[in-house]
Amino acid sequence: MANYTIKVNGKQHQVDVDSDTPLLWVLRDELNLVGTKYGCGIARCGACTVHLNGNAIRSCSLPISAAGSQEITTIEGLAEKADHALQNAWREHDVPQCGYCQAGQIMNAAALLTRNPNPSDKDIDTAMQGNLCRCGTYNKIKAAIKSAAQNI
Amino acid sequence: MSLINTQFKRRSFLKVSAASGGGLLLGFSLTVSCSPADQVKNAPADWFDINAFLKIASNGKITIMSPNPEIGQNVKTSMPMIVAEELDVAWEDVIVEQAPLNTDAFTRQVAGGSQSIRQSWEALRMAGATARQMLVNAAAKKWNVNAKDCTTEAGVIKDKNGNSITYAEIAQEASGMEVPEQVNLKDPKDFKIIGQGKGNVDMEGIITGQPLFGLDFRREGMLRAAVMRPPAFGLKLKSFDDTEARKINGVQDVVRFGDKVAVLASSTWAAMKGKNALTAEWEEDTMLESTQYHDKELRELLYKKAEEPKRKDGDVEAQFAIADKVIEKVYEAPFLPHNTLEPMNFFAHVTPQKVELIGPIQTPEWTRKRVSEFLGRPEKEISIDMTRMGGGFGRRLYGDFVLEAAEISDKSGKPIQVVFSREDDMTAGTYRPGSKYRFKAGLKDGKMTAYHLVGAGVNMGNATRENNFPATAMPHYLVESHELKSNITTGAWRAPITNFLAYAEQAFLDEVAEELGKDPVDFRLELFDQAKNNPTGALEYDVDKFVGVIKLAAEKSKWKEPAEEGITKGFSAYYSHNSYVAEVAEVAFEKGNPIVKKVYCAVDCGIVINPLAAINQIEGGIVDGIGHALFGDFAFYNGQPQQNNFDQYRLIRMPEAPPIEVFFVESHNHPTGLGEPTLPPAGGAIANAIYKATGKRLYKQPFMKEKIVLG
Repeated sequence: MANYTIKVNGKQHQVDVDSDTPLLWVLRDELNLVGTKYGCGIARCGACTVHLNGNAIRSCSLPISAAGSQEITTIEGLAEKADHALQNAWREHDVPQCGYCQAGQIMNAAALLTRNPNPSDKDIDTAMQGNLCRCGTYNKIKAAIKSAAQNI
Repeated sequence: MSLINTQFKRRSFLKVSAASGGGLLLGFSLTVSCSPADQVKNAPADWFDINAFLKIASNGKITIMSPNPEIGQNVKTSMPMIVAEELDVAWEDVIVEQAPLNTDAFTRQVAGGSQSIRQSWEALRMAGATARQMLVNAAAKKWNVNAKDCTTEAGVIKDKNGNSITYAEIAQEASGMEVPEQVNLKDPKDFKIIGQGKGNVDMEGIITGQPLFGLDFRREGMLRAAVMRPPAFGLKLKSFDDTEARKINGVQDVVRFGDKVAVLASSTWAAMKGKNALTAEWEEDTMLESTQYHDKELRELLYKKAEEPKRKDGDVEAQFAIADKVIEKVYEAPFLPHNTLEPMNFFAHVTPQKVELIGPIQTPEWTRKRVSEFLGRPEKEISIDMTRMGGGFGRRLYGDFVLEAAEISDKSGKPIQVVFSREDDMTAGTYRPGSKYRFKAGLKDGKMTAYHLVGAGVNMGNATRENNFPATAMPHYLVESHELKSNITTGAWRAPITNFLAYAEQAFLDEVAEELGKDPVDFRLELFDQAKNNPTGALEYDVDKFVGVIKLAAEKSKWKEPAEEGITKGFSAYYSHNSYVAEVAEVAFEKGNPIVKKVYCAVDCGIVINPLAAINQIEGGIVDGIGHALFGDFAFYNGQPQQNNFDQYRLIRMPEAPPIEVFFVESHNHPTGLGEPTLPPAGGAIANAIYKATGKRLYKQPFMKEKIVLG
């Protein structure tokens, strides 16, 4: 076990965990930030997507020892008043079914819009193909990302 | 407006009482299905079982306490819409509380078979209408006027003299009124809320990452349990060594139960690491089955005569003997895991006083019974609380993971949460069983006159739907079914049986139509014409509804017009779970691979309660159907699942999900479910479109494993 200081949603946290512990389980089990989901553990489903310095990463595959002092943002910290353009678009399009993958979808889409504020359909497909939605809400996700792009 | 009875033979479907804290509490049965007053002939006993409550509190809050679990099918939104409609309040003012399992009050708690709305529709309308009438009666009494002269709107009662009172103000007095024997239901044309798109009531929690799901549940002192299970079906545990597992930071205990070993730890990661550090020796207990074995056995069964046919009209053999042509084809499907994105998990705390169980389960009542039998504890000591579920698709009907949690907690004496890794989830499944179908059609004088279907499935019971279309459309019709018993756990998977049978049938009919030189839609309509005007044997589907969706899909997709350059179209239609669906898929080829460019879908599901949610379910079913038809593949070798995570098991992803246009048949009929019915036709529609592009018929799923060459 070792002590790590990480910065999540603008706040410093000290955690005492094994160095190989994935960021996902630090967020969920140590910090009780459960919006970030476990789906596969091998970076193939995107449910655990968070931002590391603004880039979308799979937190299930990033050991805590590699997180360092970089800025980590989770769905809980995406927008203080839950009014990110994507969250508004998710409401507008009534995107979720079961809802389990949606935090990861939103976090991945948020990183996409930061680097490409006006993505084409193809850009969205390419950026989002790592995020599984088992309920098949892909069309709604795509439509919501397009709406959000117009409102940023 | 229609009048319905609230009682039958002096027994009431409703129970009224004062709510604790003031107000009106109306108990009712969610399974009641009372047709208009003159049509009630027999009322089954379970119509009288109170299993849901409508509460109108003195503070103005209106709550439905519902036992129906939410698995993403949106009942938490659609149920309040139905109640609000008849009660005459804003739907935002009605909320659903997920009631914990309590069989004294709730008798049918299950989400499955697309039945939640179908079964609760009339019950919810009756509850809303009855409560409204009792509120009106109480106000009329207070004002000394005739109830008929009172009107309601948005939770306020008014009379002609200018009196006005809110539901909240009169709710307590209403609880002392008698339950009216008959109440009026609204005419569907007067609906103000039903038919309007309403957003998911759990939206805020979902998009801000609030704890909603089973895996989000926390309890002080709770340990995570990762379980080592036999790596293959047919193996049992001989011995194990936990020396290394116990050295891992956070691991607190190791518990053997049956042929499984649980590692209990203070964090999920430590439990998973501990489980991976276990070593074990396994020994053969029962047969170690491989896919090759299943294939061979099932193929043989397809050519065996069943002891009893499932349905037999006329004499197919005699017809085949005199037919102009006989077509015979075999269709094959693999096992499939459910792959809910939230893996199986459950919390259990077993103490001498009580058994507390919390998590995502579709069948709490059945599961409690099983836990009770397993632990030898009376049911009244066992509570089950349900969380939101990260997908179901049938997997969460089976409480195996609840029993595991209960046993581990019982053995360790600790509050624990069983957590399946993705690998655990995919390799300890209750799989969609592998199945095969053999179709044989006899063609004579430009018509299909004889039809023979043999189904064979693993642990599938009846692998057919013998009374579905095209039954009755042919004078000579025979359906047989065989079962291969297996030690692999299998179960219901979204649209059981029909999730593959529909594809096989619809692909076969396309081939028959081509042989007869007929357009696939015209050919189907001819068969329906026969079923309607000259049926053979009992008819168990509604021909007009079926024809309605077929015509609607053909019209909206411009079926008869040539497709755009590089696009081919495929047609498919199926009836399942009480809903009628027709789909047209447009397919193009890119770099030799089929790409579904668009799907047109026509649906008859009766009254559409919430179009926004309905379209979401419909699109989800089609995307799921396309994904598994193209990619879904799962195999066993010596009892061991050969795929265990998403790097080996391919699910459909965003670029493969086509735009979908949905068209509803306008209807005032009783609503039916949408969680399943749009999945079965999807595979047939794309297979038929792929054939037109390649000239190659597809007989095996997944299609992408077949060599598809653009011809």
